[in-house]
Amino acid sequence: MYDFAFHKPASLSEAVALLADPDARPISGGQTILPALKHRLDRPSALVDLSGIAELREIRREGDKLVIGAMSRHAEISADATVRAAIPALARMAGSLGDTQVRNRGTMGGSLANNDPAADYPAAAMGLGATFVTNRRRIGADDYFLGMFTTALEPGELLTAIEFPIPEKAGYAKMRNPASRYVMTGVFVARGPAGVRVAVNGAGPGVFRQAEMEAALAANWSPEAVAGIRQSPDELNGDIHGSAEYRAHLVNVMAKRAILDAG
Amino acid sequence: MPSVSLTVNGQRHSVEVEGRTLLVELLREQLRLTGTHVGCDTSQCGACVVHVDGESVKSCTMLAVQADGSSVTTIEGLAAADGTLHPMQEAFREYHALQCGFCTPGMVMSAIDLVQKHPQGMTEHEIREGLEGNLCRCTGYHNIVKAIAAAQEVMHGRREALAPAEA
Repeated sequence: MYDFAFHKPASLSEAVALLADPDARPISGGQTILPALKHRLDRPSALVDLSGIAELREIRREGDKLVIGAMSRHAEISADATVRAAIPALARMAGSLGDTQVRNRGTMGGSLANNDPAADYPAAAMGLGATFVTNRRRIGADDYFLGMFTTALEPGELLTAIEFPIPEKAGYAKMRNPASRYVMTGVFVARGPAGVRVAVNGAGPGVFRQAEMEAALAANWSPEAVAGIRQSPDELNGDIHGSAEYRAHLVNVMAKRAILDAG
Repeated sequence: MPSVSLTVNGQRHSVEVEGRTLLVELLREQLRLTGTHVGCDTSQCGACVVHVDGESVKSCTMLAVQADGSSVTTIEGLAAADGTLHPMQEAFREYHALQCGFCTPGMVMSAIDLVQKHPQGMTEHEIREGLEGNLCRCTGYHNIVKAIAAAQEVMHGRREALAPAEA
């Protein structure tokens, strides 16, 4: 790892000022950026640690939505009584990603700002129709994810919270890579104020919605409704772990399991 | 150079580090606590697990400066001053839960956090899932799981002494 300056601001405005340096990077839980820096994949001039900003850690219910501070850790989200009551599928997801030690450090905002195609939260955010709150504006899920490791966030723009409309039903299922445990293909399904939404992660270069399944589930919320729908392998990821055709097949299998998970 | 003040195994330290110094490097190279191991470069193996403010973390994936103001416990901090082993250490010995021993410090630290987070007790399956972040390349998992199952009974006060391993 190359050396860098380290700052730990106590306020959001101070953090944003420090990040005006184009070579400075924010660090939340560090579970992605530190392994990347160890491999010298980046050479930041400074790391700006967001863990000292108390307002970014809050989890609360506001009427018909759940608001999760960007710096909330996976372990906190999975154990939080408000999250478990409002969107149990999201709490279960937070408890199923990485491992115990990663969940003790990693944050929801860090994962969503990174937008790894094999990460879990993008499926929940897209599937639930979340709103991304930043220090500048509010971004809808359909406008936020721009493909592999790419989001609508601009330089100097920080996620502060993610707002999830509370669904009537939501469920998630994933096939993990047996060695790395990252998502090979996952499907998040939800029915609620945002209608029926089906989001697929892990299979493509970024999370995407499966419109045909959404229409079928809007008419009939059951695994049978999607059983005959075939995902096209075009533009899906193919690698040594699984071909695009294999991942396309998994979309169907995971969708059925996600509907059963939602109940 | 940034300065870090932290408590390690009950002892206060103030040390100069670089921004890039990892917590595990501070522990091993500056404080000479070499019980915490580094088994990989990719945050996967768990040999470096320590407790920071009571939570298990991979000390190879945390900067020393991020631990400023924290209380850290390493494998060296588990036994009592008179040498009495922690129930988890005792269980690892009794159940022969180690082969080469390289992963053991991380396994013990993860296991203690796991047991503390499950006061109702864990099934064998839950213990195996809970160890997802720790790799044993001797593949000695079977006895590790047995040791944790036995240690949790003592740690939760359901047994006075460790159940002896079957001969």
